[in-house]
Amino acid sequence: MKKINLPLEKKEINKLKAGEEVFLNGIIYTARDQAHKRLVSALGKGIGGDRGKEMPFDIRGAVIYYCGPAKTPKGKIIGSCGPTTSSRMDAFTPILLKCGLSGMIGKGKRSLEVRQAIRKYKGVYFLTFAGCGALLNKYIKKAGIAAYADLGPEAVYKLEVEDFPLIVGIDSKGNSVY
Amino acid sequence: MKIISAEKIKNTVADLCLRANLVLRKDVLAALKLAYKNETDKRAGKILDAIIKNAAAAEKEKLAICQDTGLPCVFLELGQDVKIKGDLNKAINKGVELGYKKGSFRNSIIKDPLIRGKSGYLPALIYVDLAPGNKLKLTVLPKGFGCENKTQLKMFLPTTEITDIRKFILDAVKTAGPDACPPYVVGVGIGGSADYACLLAKKALLRSLRASPAGRLQANVVKLERDLFKEINRLNIGPMGLGGKTTCLAVNIETYPTHIAGLPVAVNISCHALRSSSVIL
Repeated sequence: MKKINLPLEKKEINKLKAGEEVFLNGIIYTARDQAHKRLVSALGKGIGGDRGKEMPFDIRGAVIYYCGPAKTPKGKIIGSCGPTTSSRMDAFTPILLKCGLSGMIGKGKRSLEVRQAIRKYKGVYFLTFAGCGALLNKYIKKAGIAAYADLGPEAVYKLEVEDFPLIVGIDSKGNSVY
Repeated sequence: MKIISAEKIKNTVADLCLRANLVLRKDVLAALKLAYKNETDKRAGKILDAIIKNAAAAEKEKLAICQDTGLPCVFLELGQDVKIKGDLNKAINKGVELGYKKGSFRNSIIKDPLIRGKSGYLPALIYVDLAPGNKLKLTVLPKGFGCENKTQLKMFLPTTEITDIRKFILDAVKTAGPDACPPYVVGVGIGGSADYACLLAKKALLRSLRASPAGRLQANVVKLERDLFKEINRLNIGPMGLGGKTTCLAVNIETYPTHIAGLPVAVNISCHALRSSSVIL
């Protein structure tokens, strides 16, 4: 099966087709509801000459994983860490894509606006095994809090993933698997 | 009269939280395995296989079945001849906290629904049913919120045809679509009041997914369960919403007497990771 590496190159993204299964390698960032609120607010402050200054990580070319992991048990890299429902992040997604976000990983459908923004900015939306947080755990090789530690499970985690199993949910042409 | 100490309840609740989140219910696992065997869609089969493997990985690695270790719901069937020595409410909450901490489960509960703020483990939602006898049955249901968000309630007219009720339940599953981790277990509560129907729908999830207990359910309810099971599995939502004939693992319906003027129906969907654990003290 096809392996893809982060950061994702535009031409690599353009080749991905809805329904295709791929393995992802590299660095991704978790973010869910509250972190999205903060990210978008930080973008607002930072847009202009120093866009991204207030951002906890460079959004350009980044892939966000909609995930709030369980706590890390002793001796483990991370706890159970499956995807959360993507549609809750729909309102925040177009602006992030506009500012350079290249991919998202989650579960479930996206709004029409998100689909249009994915097509416009040539992004990609991936699905991963939903409700399989214990299984997905083994594809995470490194994990640490990157920002917003006060949000607890909703903090932004920086994850290094190896052969993380994905299905292309919406490709850069706006085609959806649903 | 039987005396049960708060300490015993605390430790029991902690164990139930651990067991519920780490070991998938046998009936749920059996339903998944049966669905895997019967599934003809290749990708649906692959996803069901991943779900079954996830349960094994959780148990072996002592990792939560799902990172969303839920809103802890604790159900008590309290025999009237039981005396609790100590503070029952505190014991249950302490037990939940102890279990969740031991398991490194997620602290998903925020103190204020509007202000949100820092998340913790408590409080648990506690439901008490009074029962005869001197036993205490404790059940922990960690309810994931992706599926809880898909809950629906409708106050039907008492003259409503059963076909309209069936359509409402079917539509609730369609609305959940791929979002709430199908294949689902569909809990339905019919009767009581608005709030009671919602509680019945949730309690329906506690019932075994195996064949309905003989004689307990009325024939019309059993038929409704069977019809809905078939109809839902024809929706082609499938595991992860990517198609296939496994959209639900079971439909469990609970009914209760209601008022002449009404017919409340509630649907409480569970994701495939339906977790609960019970014990009788």
